[in-house]
Amino acid sequence: MISFGPTEEQQVARDAMREFATDAMRPIARASDEAGAVPAEFLEQAWQLGLTATQIPEAYGGGGEARSPLVNALVLEELAFGDAALALAALAPSLFALPVLEFGTEAQKQAHLPRFCTDRYAVASLALVEPAPAFDPIGLRAKAERKGDGWVLSGTKCFVPMADRASHFLVLARNGGGEGLEGVSAFIVPRDSAGLSISPEQNLGLRALPTGTLALERVEIPAEARLGGDDGIDAQRLVNLSRTALAAVSVGLARAVMEYAIPYAKQREAFDEAIARKQAIAFALADMRIETDAMRWLTWKAASRLERRLDATREAHLARLYCARQAMKIADDGVQVLGGHGFIREHPVELWYRNARTIGVLEGTVAI
Amino acid sequence: MIDFELTQNDRRALDALRAEALVCRRYARHFDENEHEFPPDELPEAADFPPLMGLLGGRGPDDTGLGTMSMLIAAAQSWGDYSVRMRRGKGGLGNAALRAAGTPEQQKKWGHLTLAMAITEPGCGSDPSRVQMSAVLDPATDEWVLNGEKIFVTTGCRAEGVVVWATLDKSAGRAGIKSFLVEKGAPGFVVAGKEKKLGIRADDTAAYLFQDCRIPRGNLLGGNEEIPKESSGGFRGVMKTFNMTRPAVAAIGLGIAEAALDFTREALREAGIEVAYGPGLSAQSAAAQRFLELEALFDAAMLTVLRAAWLSDHGKPNNLESSICKAKAGTAVREITQGCIELLGPMGASREHLLEKWFRDVRITDIYEGTGQIQRLIIARDILGYGRDELK
Repeated sequence: MISFGPTEEQQVARDAMREFATDAMRPIARASDEAGAVPAEFLEQAWQLGLTATQIPEAYGGGGEARSPLVNALVLEELAFGDAALALAALAPSLFALPVLEFGTEAQKQAHLPRFCTDRYAVASLALVEPAPAFDPIGLRAKAERKGDGWVLSGTKCFVPMADRASHFLVLARNGGGEGLEGVSAFIVPRDSAGLSISPEQNLGLRALPTGTLALERVEIPAEARLGGDDGIDAQRLVNLSRTALAAVSVGLARAVMEYAIPYAKQREAFDEAIARKQAIAFALADMRIETDAMRWLTWKAASRLERRLDATREAHLARLYCARQAMKIADDGVQVLGGHGFIREHPVELWYRNARTIGVLEGTVAI
Repeated sequence: MIDFELTQNDRRALDALRAEALVCRRYARHFDENEHEFPPDELPEAADFPPLMGLLGGRGPDDTGLGTMSMLIAAAQSWGDYSVRMRRGKGGLGNAALRAAGTPEQQKKWGHLTLAMAITEPGCGSDPSRVQMSAVLDPATDEWVLNGEKIFVTTGCRAEGVVVWATLDKSAGRAGIKSFLVEKGAPGFVVAGKEKKLGIRADDTAAYLFQDCRIPRGNLLGGNEEIPKESSGGFRGVMKTFNMTRPAVAAIGLGIAEAALDFTREALREAGIEVAYGPGLSAQSAAAQRFLELEALFDAAMLTVLRAAWLSDHGKPNNLESSICKAKAGTAVREITQGCIELLGPMGASREHLLEKWFRDVRITDIYEGTGQIQRLIIARDILGYGRDELK
């Protein structure tokens, strides 16, 4: 039945994340962006929230709560409200751990999940995006070829979160068999694999999130490195999870812009009154509210279908498309409402503007 | 628990409604081109479609809330046609007003009638506090004497009565406005005729004249004859009606937009353009990309409608959300129908198909029950914490 009501537990999680976003993320967001680095103390602090470990079963040392795309969407909105780059850095371990949990063999789970259940930030990451114009997961080019029992990986991956320190990468590559996403598998590649070279990237936005390019030159890995063994993975579901998570990030970012622009417009005066009292400004703010609502419900709808394990390909696509566009528009309008102050780095709006543009092009990176 | 899946029961009910709606579509062109005619109370095919009486009654504990389901029903019906129905339902916008503002006795007395709602006048639309129609009490006969003109009265010709806004004292502004129930046949109450329109032509939209129209003193809805000093109370009471009607008209508009999307998807498919969700945007043709944008717009708008209705189902205030969904749907349905015609080219503009009619029909969505601009005023005041004097 149709319901827009989070459970009491979900509401508690949302409130806690909102508080964390305000207290722990906002104060360091600007400096982290300027430094182009995420503070190590922040990662440890965020780790204590148990974002990754709570959804890992107790058998592997985790919290044993159910894997929940819906909770993740709620959490991501709040954390992205704090800062999208820091949010993605804090959640990067989930990009590896949750697909292993969902698609991995028992041996893979035992080998990899306990690493995320200690009290220190442990990170592994997802390598999906490739440096091709208008990249789409359906046109994935990285290859996995059979060699004896094992595999040989070749290709280039980019925008890999936390690539500078991730211990392992989940590399998506085409292993023959099937068109589009059908023939795509995920492979667990340790950082020190021969043939793997990692170089840091510089980006327009999300600058606090260290990302890297992975060059895979005939990287040899054993048979058991293929996630899910012979069954492989449901790559479409992985893409759907990622699209939905990115939609949630967009909602949080858009809300940040809106909640900053509203008090600014009430306090800034022009022609003897607050600019918020001019319809041109007031209506732009009203549209921000209309669209952040619409974005959130689209995201929830996709997430709730993923949670029920129904096919969410349509809903995730529409949520991703709509939220990316609207976040960009809202950030754009936010800059305009602040005028010159939207352009200077003293206010966070220019940062959100850059982040919105960057999030819009990350197809398939946040599969939680 | 956040959820968007319909129960099997609800799904079946909506499927049945769509089957009916598809039959109604056969008559859509005729009543569009013969504006002076009214669709029949019952279509000839009615015998093949048993009445869907139990649609909203006898619902299981897991079924979707009444308000949410009403929105989906409204959309399913207008997906067939805006005005033509298998069986004409009783009731109109005035019935909602009676439920919101009438005393229990008044509701009992008039609840069974189909009631129209008359607010708009030739000189006032978006700002109903400028209502000129006057109501003066004649103590000699204990009657109200009404004088004025009303236009754009939905269901106005066929309604058996109307809830009409009139002022007791023009100098009192909004505070002086009261709603009155006028039954058809009241002396001095003239139905001037059916308006000629861009779309929803089969719909019954009337103009009224009140010339020394006399109604009993007890026909003042709510019974309170005082003019409150503070302008809020009474007026806000009448405005409350909109919290239910705004999501409904948004849903109706979206039903039409969905018909346009379905038609366009099928036409594109016949032309060899398949709209797919698996690949990202960049992996699709420009036509498919545009279609996906319109589809996302539809889902986004429909979800804001369901949200407003869900709040109402749970007894929570939804004034803001009603305006949000009305504003969202108002612009969404314009863009969707305009975009569908653009995608199909001359085929979209041809009167051989209903798409051009849907494009005309749906345009009213952003105008009636408060224009998009009025909705944005309401939303902006709410999020800025401004009163009506601070943001005009």
